[in-house]
Amino acid sequence: MLAFILRRLGQALLVIGAMVVIVFFGVNVIGDPVWMLISPEMDQNAIEATKVALGLDKSIWEQFLYFIWGAAQGDMGRSFVHGEPAIKLILSRMPATMELALVALLMAVFIGLPLGVYAGLKPDSRISKSIMAISILGFSLPTFWVGLMLIMFFSVMLGWLPATGRGDVVRVFGIETSLFSWNGWTYIALPALNLALLKISLVIRLARAGVREAALMDYVKFARAKGLSQTRIVGVHILKNIMIPIVTVLGLEFGSLVAFSVVTETIFAWPGMGKLLLEAIQRLDRPVIVAYVMVVVVLFVAINLVVDVMYSILDPRVRLTEARA
Amino acid sequence: MAFLAAKCGGQNPTRMAKGVHMMLTRRTLLAASALLGTPSGTFAQSAGELKIGLAFEPSSFDPHFHNTTPNKSLARSVFEPLVFQDERQQVMPGLATKWRVVDPLTWEFTLRPDVRWHDGTTFTSDDVLFTFERAPNVPRSPSSFAGFIAGKTVEKIDALTIRIRTARPYPQMPIDLSTFGIIPASTRGATSDDFNTSKAAIGTGPYRFGEFVRGDRAVLLRHDGYWGGMPLWPRVLMRVLRSDPTRVASLLAGDVDVIETVPTADLARLRADSRFSVTSIISNRVIYLAMDQFRDESPFIKGPSGEAIRNPLKDVRVRKALSHAINRQALVDRVMEGDGRAASQFLDQSFFGASGKLAVPAFDPAMSRRLLSEAGLPNGFRLKLHGPQGRYANDTKLIEAIAQMFTRVGIQAEIETLPPAIFFSRGSTGGPNGTPEFSMIMAGWGSAAGEMSDPLRNLASTFDAGAGRGSSNRGRYANAEVDRAINEALSTIDDAARQAALAGAMERVVDDMGVIPILYPLNTWAARRRLGVTARSDEYTLPFHISRTA
Repeated sequence: MLAFILRRLGQALLVIGAMVVIVFFGVNVIGDPVWMLISPEMDQNAIEATKVALGLDKSIWEQFLYFIWGAAQGDMGRSFVHGEPAIKLILSRMPATMELALVALLMAVFIGLPLGVYAGLKPDSRISKSIMAISILGFSLPTFWVGLMLIMFFSVMLGWLPATGRGDVVRVFGIETSLFSWNGWTYIALPALNLALLKISLVIRLARAGVREAALMDYVKFARAKGLSQTRIVGVHILKNIMIPIVTVLGLEFGSLVAFSVVTETIFAWPGMGKLLLEAIQRLDRPVIVAYVMVVVVLFVAINLVVDVMYSILDPRVRLTEARA
Repeated sequence: MAFLAAKCGGQNPTRMAKGVHMMLTRRTLLAASALLGTPSGTFAQSAGELKIGLAFEPSSFDPHFHNTTPNKSLARSVFEPLVFQDERQQVMPGLATKWRVVDPLTWEFTLRPDVRWHDGTTFTSDDVLFTFERAPNVPRSPSSFAGFIAGKTVEKIDALTIRIRTARPYPQMPIDLSTFGIIPASTRGATSDDFNTSKAAIGTGPYRFGEFVRGDRAVLLRHDGYWGGMPLWPRVLMRVLRSDPTRVASLLAGDVDVIETVPTADLARLRADSRFSVTSIISNRVIYLAMDQFRDESPFIKGPSGEAIRNPLKDVRVRKALSHAINRQALVDRVMEGDGRAASQFLDQSFFGASGKLAVPAFDPAMSRRLLSEAGLPNGFRLKLHGPQGRYANDTKLIEAIAQMFTRVGIQAEIETLPPAIFFSRGSTGGPNGTPEFSMIMAGWGSAAGEMSDPLRNLASTFDAGAGRGSSNRGRYANAEVDRAINEALSTIDDAARQAALAGAMERVVDDMGVIPILYPLNTWAARRRLGVTARSDEYTLPFHISRTA
């Protein structure tokens, strides 16, 4: 187990190193950030002054060495635009994104699972067919468009929910969250739903397939023969057995919810990491882009690790050492 | 975006379907809120709060950290400069009540008495001296204010009088002093981070620091002891709503009361909707074409059948042919949906230094063809036009339309639009030896100074990195007479003579068609009805310019 985890961490470091090199030089190839930073009326001298102030006057190799030297000491560089440490900037935005992803994940489970189970139990009913048809829409409609439609319908036409932004935040264990007030929930509902839509469809499909398979199994027939209630058969015997793949997939999907919430955050002006990344890319704020990539890689590796470990706990047949192959 | 506005403006089917009862409730609510004098709407909160949706993100609350419009706009309500610019960017007294030229090299500014800082202390000349020391030296500033302070020696005469000396006569003095806010000497040693909190964010303005959450919001609170009288709003919330549809939807949903930079596609709907009002003013920006005039063979120009040819853009007849091929009014009406004005020069006539003699170049394809024939190019040539994507309102559509207009007179124009980060980098230094890479570009120039010397010095002066001239002259247009006139204007104190010199230089540039002016976009704001917004040519959104109307 320990060897497995250590090997995983080693792989993670390699991935982080490779990503950093690619992003660092890749951003540099795109263009010179100076042109996005200076006020256009500034003359050549001011442009040079900006380059010196940000270390952009040095060759790209020198800049890279400085970066590595700083990184080795835990300093990932400062944002060109904000002048703040890039990591601090990202971490200050992380709670907002995490809370959005978490609510989206819960929505995926609590909306997707019942619908999927129902569609699996009664595959031929009209309602099931509608559920499956809607899940196809969930897969295929662009997030951008759906987000706008949600705003138009719930905020502009009905006026039920605020269109954009994050609600009042409170500090819980040092982390800012908006989930402890009604006001906060009114703000998070629409963006979380928008982000969850694809995942809801995914869970519906997984649950339906799982239920259809499990419903034909001998242990379900046996339970039925024993005269157990339908609720107990579904709630205990079927659900327990279809949960393993769903948990695995959702664990991995959580990473992508966090990393790719960019579109949703932009439409709903949600002050998370995704919006920060978009701004950083537009302004070629290299330290922030590099730090963001590092944070996301770490996040993915950590989630993968947790999922692997969880899986071995859920299913005793799986041995972690087998991952060597 | 048009569909968005179409869906929500005017009569609303869902609301209608709800029937009379709902309508009554709504009307009662409306009446109640009208009585209380509050903006009506589902999410309108406490009575006196003003909520503004910003299109661009201020990167810091430190007034001297980053010289960009969003930052200066935010800072302007809290930190006041010595000299103000009114909504048309004319200078007017600010923290200095008056100024005079003692001799051509010395300016004397008299400071406003009885001005209180937000912490209650009194504003004096020591604060001005401290600001001159601090503003050019902010660590890691991505775009410093040093350029406005360089070459000025400031001296304290008494507590409310200062003198500023320069090595050469310097007519731009009041304009330079209008670009940066004054901070109190008591903040000596404060870092940019301190200015992002209430620790150091102390100014003299009508509003004081409330909260600053980067990329999300800034909260301003009323400064009760403001020298200019009690400000209107007890609390101002400014939220960053970068995406165009989001910003408009937030206004429609009542999340915010005012938005800046209204997308042109939504203008017509918002104007027609009685729940909202739209205000606009001609901006200090010109959209222009710059043409390669420094290479004998230009990389993105070929003969009519693809062969290498001499750079035709060096010929004034060809440049004029291009100008006459453009139907500026059609660009304003169709592409900008009316949200602009056809341009004859670098700034609209209402600005200082603009020429009164220049008319918008006529749209005349026949003349274009004739000029091309005279220049020995009866069959035209091939050209690739470059431009930014998403930097200016409708920029890609403008480039497409201009290319079509060129093609109509026989110049086979292709286009390539690039993200701004790439466009400006390659367009400025992407060629060999750090020269501009492209043959012809469309770009925009906003004049922060609000007078003609600013675009002339940067777009039309001969490129000279050392002297800081022509820094955005990406076609490397050069005319010694224009340089002479600009230099004269930059060193003449007398305003009438300066105006004449600037107008003369501008006329000369148009005569050479060294840079082709296309149009001036409008700056627009949309607000709930019963809110009046004073539109500003510099794009600043200032809470003290937003009032309640009857």
